[in-house]
Amino acid sequence: MKTFAELKFPGRLIAVEGLDGSGKSTQIHLLQRWLELQGLKVFFSEWNSSELVKAATSKGKKRELLTPTTFSLIHATDFADRYERQLLPLLRAGHLVLCDRYIYTAFARDTVRGCPPQWVRGIYSYAAKPDLTFFFKADLEVSLRRILDGRPELKHFEAGMDLRLSHDPYESFRIFQGRILDQYLAMSAESNFLLIDANQQIEAQQNIVRRTVAARLDLASFAREKA
Amino acid sequence: MEKSPAPRIKLRRLEKIVVPRPSAKRFYGHGIPGVDLEQLAGKLIVVEGADGSGRSTQIARLVAWLEGCGHASVQVGLKRSTLVSEELERAQEGNILSHTTLSLFYATDFADQLENIILPALKAGVMVLADRYIYTLMARDMVRGMNESWLKNLYGMALVPDAVFYLNVSPEELVQRTFAKNSALDYWESGMDLGLSRDMFDSFLKYQALVAAQFKRLQAGYGFSIVDGHRSVEAVNQELRKKITALLASGRVV
Repeated sequence: MKTFAELKFPGRLIAVEGLDGSGKSTQIHLLQRWLELQGLKVFFSEWNSSELVKAATSKGKKRELLTPTTFSLIHATDFADRYERQLLPLLRAGHLVLCDRYIYTAFARDTVRGCPPQWVRGIYSYAAKPDLTFFFKADLEVSLRRILDGRPELKHFEAGMDLRLSHDPYESFRIFQGRILDQYLAMSAESNFLLIDANQQIEAQQNIVRRTVAARLDLASFAREKA
Repeated sequence: MEKSPAPRIKLRRLEKIVVPRPSAKRFYGHGIPGVDLEQLAGKLIVVEGADGSGRSTQIARLVAWLEGCGHASVQVGLKRSTLVSEELERAQEGNILSHTTLSLFYATDFADQLENIILPALKAGVMVLADRYIYTLMARDMVRGMNESWLKNLYGMALVPDAVFYLNVSPEELVQRTFAKNSALDYWESGMDLGLSRDMFDSFLKYQALVAAQFKRLQAGYGFSIVDGHRSVEAVNQELRKKITALLASGRVV
């Protein structure tokens, strides 16, 4: 699996991964702001956001029609649509593309749901590897607290209720997230995750993120207008 | 007054219903998690072929015949899932999906029917007649340049059918049959998205030939039973019935 740099794309892709409540979305948002303020060509893409596929996904989720296999495939369809119509053209055009979740989310979740790991990896095999992948590693209890403190209404699939781990959505969510974390950690080395300690304060994490990006990428080459 | 005798209807002789011989089931690859293959008592019978090859007519007749013989039957086909069929239809109308996306959309539609209709029906001992299966999806994608090993991995989720009949009809005959039924050629069945020709008739012939060539390649690996679809509906149906009868008696197609 090659990165976009290795594939000689002029653009670069930065992905963030982590559990719900790990603070990754906040971090990538702050990174985006910083890059934009420097006048760089930046594009942000979120997991499960393709307009075309959304209707089917939300129907499947609302009516609880999804099995592990169709859950996996419908997210793969969403990813393919964004990858081929948005990400690739932007990367060809020399953009910095920021992704809130990338293929590793699918690897972790689908495997926990019982899909064969090699099958899932095969489906995403056409996708190149991010140039930088930040993994926000918070203690399980910390991420759980961030999500569960407000006693939110947990959705069926979000809580992993389809796995019949527990009748209690909160307990189910805990077990489910714990298993996802195990999967993430198991692929961390082979996937070259840049581990960020997500138990730290937001600013401390953002410092590391910005420093890493500045050191690893030639940011000046992504300027909207060349000096 | 003397009662006239009630008119006598000649009843069919009561024949003994054949209890199908069990056959071992397997998936092409990784399969679907949590399925006990031993429990799948029904038979999965696939009819493949281009539009106009007579698939639907043959399947309708086979269902009537099978039910007449005492076998419960259910039909499935592409783009019929509850989950994504409408969205897939809408996306195709706009012709805005890239190949990988369209391919995965169809795969999702297939998986939904596999898990929610095909597998439960087979478990209940029902005969499942599939109007097209993964082979059409693979052949269409291969014509569009998708990687064959990627497709094989993807459709490793599919159950190996007990029989696959491919209704072979030449592109020239297909075009005549299509015009006899509708007055226009279908955009997708003509492969217009491929830009083979601006002339739709020309494109249809070229595209159908390309798909047929991919089917030939797939046939080598997947072992279809090729049926000459140029003959009359009745002749083709006789052949299919004979083969299915053999399948039910022996557990495999002869």
